[in-house]
Amino acid sequence: MMSTETKDVIDLLAGIEPGSRLDVIRARRLQARENAQKSYTALFELADFAEVPAWERHAVAAFVAGIHGEPAAVSFYLAKLAGAMDRSELVETVKAEIERGKTEGPYGAFPAGPLSVEDKAGLIYRVAGDARRVLGARLAAALEHAHLLAFHPRDASSAAMQALLDAGWSSTAIVTLSQLVAFLSFQLRTVAGLRALGASLGPHAGGAARAS
Amino acid sequence: MSDSLVVHAGANQPVVFTQDELGWLPWLDPLVEAELTERHWAGLVDRSRAKSAYFRLLVHDPEILEARTKADKDIFYNTADGLPRAERELAAAATSRYNGCIYCASVHARFATVHSKRRDDVQRLLDEGVSADLGERWNAIVRASVALTSTPIAFDRQHVDELRRVGLDDADIVDVINSAAFFNWANRLMLSLGEPTRALTG
Repeated sequence: MMSTETKDVIDLLAGIEPGSRLDVIRARRLQARENAQKSYTALFELADFAEVPAWERHAVAAFVAGIHGEPAAVSFYLAKLAGAMDRSELVETVKAEIERGKTEGPYGAFPAGPLSVEDKAGLIYRVAGDARRVLGARLAAALEHAHLLAFHPRDASSAAMQALLDAGWSSTAIVTLSQLVAFLSFQLRTVAGLRALGASLGPHAGGAARAS
Repeated sequence: MSDSLVVHAGANQPVVFTQDELGWLPWLDPLVEAELTERHWAGLVDRSRAKSAYFRLLVHDPEILEARTKADKDIFYNTADGLPRAERELAAAATSRYNGCIYCASVHARFATVHSKRRDDVQRLLDEGVSADLGERWNAIVRASVALTSTPIAFDRQHVDELRRVGLDDADIVDVINSAAFFNWANRLMLSLGEPTRALTG
């Protein structure tokens, strides 16, 4: 499936209109802006999704946006999920898992030693039993890994890689999944940062300049 | 094809944050340099990156690696205007310290030191963590990076106002946002696809 995504997704989610003050500021890092968008298309707007189908990508993205508490991004990726896979049970299950996965990060353990005093315990998220039936073992493993990366990446381990391999993820697919979750961590923060900057500039900073 | 884990003894794992050079060992097999195709070389952007196991692992998916690398270069190396390089590296180091990426923090703490000549302040960030007192301007950049790194994201109007008070303009603030946000990407790859080692690697 091909779709034509032309709008810059960070601008879309942060409410930045062409010609606005934030648009002009973002244009000073044009290569970064264009490649943030190319990163999005390289993960979500492909002619060939290879080993990770579109619906899996959008399900993981919606989950990551949801556990970050970013409603505009959740709506965006859930709509993409619904478009890629006509199965309302799937969308409802992802929404329910978002609520189960919400917590505050970063937490996790450091390698044993002087930093151990900074170890911070937190939720070890596992997909609910009935949700696992809807998602399947492969997507369930992906959501569990996405939660680890989102909230406590310093707990990441070779055992977590093995869990993905056991659930049917190849090395190449794991690289794609890792990039997807890590990219979302960037995209959501860029959006939140620009939105806060825009709010400080007044009501029309993100909107198009108006002739007076 | 059934892929498998690459196991390391872990004996040389660093247990503190450091500005020393560290190595990094992948938990999955990187591609072999001799077998890279043009599509892979395009993903690596710089041919020298084929020497790094980290990039040869990421090049399993070349298109996202290429876009990520080009974004990275503009965010950190485009110093024609905007925030000084040292302070972009400070944001990267603070983000890495807060997430707990010892490898990323080592690289970007070193870069922050090279560009700022403030080795002792950078070391205090590593030793004491993100609440270390580094002076008004650096404190504001570290606090903004930490707020951006928190999940849910805690960066708000107050952080913008604080950055303005210490002398950053709107374009400088976008550089802080980009630098901290980008290291939330980098930290998660480095932490989850392999492990740091005190032995130097490719």
